Amino acid sequence: MANVVKSIETPLSLEYTHTAGRAPTRFLRGMAQGRILGQRCPECRKVYVPPRGSCPRCGVATDEEVEVTGKGTVTTFCIVRIPSDALSVDPPFTCAHVLLDGADIPFFALIQECPFDQVRMGMRVEAVWVPPAERKPSFESIRYFRPTGEPDVVVAREGRE
Amino acid sequence: MRQVAVVSFAQSPSVRRETDLNEVEMLMPVVHEAVARSGLAMREIGFTVSGSSDYLAGGPFSFVSALDAVGAWPPIVESHVEMDGAFALYEAWVKLQTGEADSALVYAFGKSSLGDVAEVVTLQLDPYYVAPLWPDAVSLAALQARAFLEASGKSERDLAAVAVRSRRDARKNPMAQLAGEWSVEDVLKDPYLVAPLRRHDCPPISDGAAAIVLAADDVARRACRRPAWISGIDHRMEPHALGLRDLARSRSTAEAGERAGVGRAAVDVAELHAPFTHQELILRDALRLDDRVPVNPSGGALAANPLMVAGLIRIGEAARRVMEGDATRAVAHATSGPCLQQNLVCVLEGGR
Amino acid sequence: MSQRCAVVGIGQTKHDTMRVDVSLNGLVREAVDRAMKDADVSWKDIDAIVVGKAPDMFEGTMMPELYLADALAAGGKPVLRVHTAGSVGGSTGIVAASLIKAGVHERVLVVTYEKQSEGNAMWALTVRMPFQQAIVAGAGGYFAPLIRAYIARSGAPADTGIRVALKDRQNGLKNPHSHLAFPDISYEMIADSPMLWDPIRYLETCPSSDGACAVVLASETAARRSPGPAAWIHATAMRSEPTMFAGRDDVNPRAGRDCAAELYRHAGITDPRRELDCAEVYVPFSWYEPMWMENLGFAPEGQGWRMTQDGVTALDGDFPVNASGGVLSSNPIGASGLIRFAEAALQVRGKAGAYQVDGARKAMGHAYGGGSQFFAMWIVGNEKP
Repeated sequence: MANVVKSIETPLSLEYTHTAGRAPTRFLRGMAQGRILGQRCPECRKVYVPPRGSCPRCGVATDEEVEVTGKGTVTTFCIVRIPSDALSVDPPFTCAHVLLDGADIPFFALIQECPFDQVRMGMRVEAVWVPPAERKPSFESIRYFRPTGEPDVVVAREGRE
Repeated sequence: MRQVAVVSFAQSPSVRRETDLNEVEMLMPVVHEAVARSGLAMREIGFTVSGSSDYLAGGPFSFVSALDAVGAWPPIVESHVEMDGAFALYEAWVKLQTGEADSALVYAFGKSSLGDVAEVVTLQLDPYYVAPLWPDAVSLAALQARAFLEASGKSERDLAAVAVRSRRDARKNPMAQLAGEWSVEDVLKDPYLVAPLRRHDCPPISDGAAAIVLAADDVARRACRRPAWISGIDHRMEPHALGLRDLARSRSTAEAGERAGVGRAAVDVAELHAPFTHQELILRDALRLDDRVPVNPSGGALAANPLMVAGLIRIGEAARRVMEGDATRAVAHATSGPCLQQNLVCVLEGGR
Repeated sequence: MSQRCAVVGIGQTKHDTMRVDVSLNGLVREAVDRAMKDADVSWKDIDAIVVGKAPDMFEGTMMPELYLADALAAGGKPVLRVHTAGSVGGSTGIVAASLIKAGVHERVLVVTYEKQSEGNAMWALTVRMPFQQAIVAGAGGYFAPLIRAYIARSGAPADTGIRVALKDRQNGLKNPHSHLAFPDISYEMIADSPMLWDPIRYLETCPSSDGACAVVLASETAARRSPGPAAWIHATAMRSEPTMFAGRDDVNPRAGRDCAAELYRHAGITDPRRELDCAEVYVPFSWYEPMWMENLGFAPEGQGWRMTQDGVTALDGDFPVNASGGVLSSNPIGASGLIRFAEAALQVRGKAGAYQVDGARKAMGHAYGGGSQFFAMWIVGNEKP
């Protein structure tokens, strides 16, 4: 009896050319220069890093540029024990929400130069950049965040206004 | 049934390629304008629903970031269809009929420029038997055009006339992308793109966004001096396999048109979502609109064709004519799928 | 203005890692045929179809309602396709219910599914979009920090998640549709399973499933024609909030709280914990049970974990949660929300078989999606509202 065909593999490939948009372009160009640029909402005055050209809460355009340093505080984190396609770091490694000083939403970041199980909420960290010659308009210009050694701070609970 | 009307409409100028703004940045001013024109505050709007496509955007969950344009705080009642915004408008109309909301914001956005759009929509086809052959949208449209020409006795000259008229009318539409004065002879001199279709018979590739605010009963009357009342709205699907249906006619448009009540009274103007010239003729027939009814004064999809938005724009353009007093009764149509597989018809009336 | 709406037929597939025995059409029809048989209706009785599923990339088919039109006898019918991320199964049910409540149709077929094995779901979920941050850690990596924040806020015992997983997996053994079934499941087995994103272990995580769920909804008049007991929809609610904004509480999101509050108000419920008999809640990672117990108002803030620890949410507890085995047992993403809604309906119809909650008269179905930002919920009861 002839073989019954039960499935078919149909490779699919589509190419897209994406547009960053105005606000992300400002941010990414900043990254190439070793700067972290955010935007402040004209209504609620909160600073968004990375900026999106709009305040999601107020639904208005954001324009005012604000530069923040690479220093911040870990607000929460998790220890990843499975390999990631996106990183060349071996598990286990720690990813954290980092609230940069001057920003009002956390930045998602890889933590290094610290034993993975010693990352804690309230830990002070700073950005470690790739060397200037290697910086590109990309999130990858920041290699990771490492502890600054400053004393921990108390993390205000998100949502309390 | 509650009386529901379009009380405002806004759109971005359709462009070949929006390289400066991302989708959210492109959408936000359009949403703001539609809401501002409606006279309602964003906070008052009872329901928000959008239409867009992940495959068009080249990424999953692409509608999520668009929420930033709306300011969904405090939390809102919100939904999304992975379809043209015209179907999102239908969902909003139903919501208003339940009485759970008195107004709705409907928006749609899409950048057809990001990928090869004719290839992207190939993925709409049967994934086992048809899509792996990669028949692109123009080729499929040409299949339908051939079937139509043979069945109707119409000629390529008739198709060219639709192309010429559309691009001429588009000159009066600041939002249209492809506008200009060509003659039928000019058009017929062009080589075929995919026979029997020439370049002029095909839509431009467009990036764009649009938004409409719907309101019910007294809320509509307070919002707008001359609301465009939806006196009928319906949509119907046809079989998918191309061989299962008569490509030369649009049975689902005829049925949707009948149920929406197109034929009940004279139609002053129609905006038909016909990305290809022959499709306008098919749709006219299906809706029994004779030559006296002006079709696509906006230029139609032949002048601007942002996928996922073009159908909503047809409703907006038709509504606008009613709201501005240029028409008392307008018909709008939207389509989805290969060769007019799914069709929505909406009748808008003023002066009620 | 609002008509009554009932669930008169329910159908699900056997959910599995790869349903290689059926095509997309076949998978969908397995659930649809069962639902229509349950409702004792044929194709001509269906006025409209609402399809729901998560990103098209999961199967590589764009706007699949177009392709499914033939399998669903959709010619001449209105068809919509809803996509609201993970909550989609639920919002699809709500959109369909609206059609009946609005008086537009008498009988609507709701179809939700995911055939993740046909594409590459892991890739589709975390595809690298240019100009955006790489999602380094997968969906679990997104939720694990939120869980950690919950644990810090509430002081919950560290094994709360294990207890949820144990319960849901034991319940799943009683559900013939379950994807995952671990006959030897035990506390130790879960505790010993590999840690993925601390504190989430492998056995505390949902699977990636192929599966479909279909429901037939009917108006009060049309419902009379179906033989089985109806589950009457008492209320539906949806809420969305932005993915991130300054000051957002993404651990106990307001959209979920507001959605539940509206739901209870419409259903005339003032004490949900007492007035509802059970709930099917979208828990893709174990810790989300205590978190959602608080978000939904079944427990005071910071106390949701007690319901788990005290056995309240067990099948024989005072307020069974996920008697079906929940998302931890089966997760065809596009269908999971409707499965929660349908399982709640099964309970009040008395048709949940081996995992029936005794005397269940009123139950809640809950779905969420995105970055804990999209919520869809309904309450069904065995009596008309």
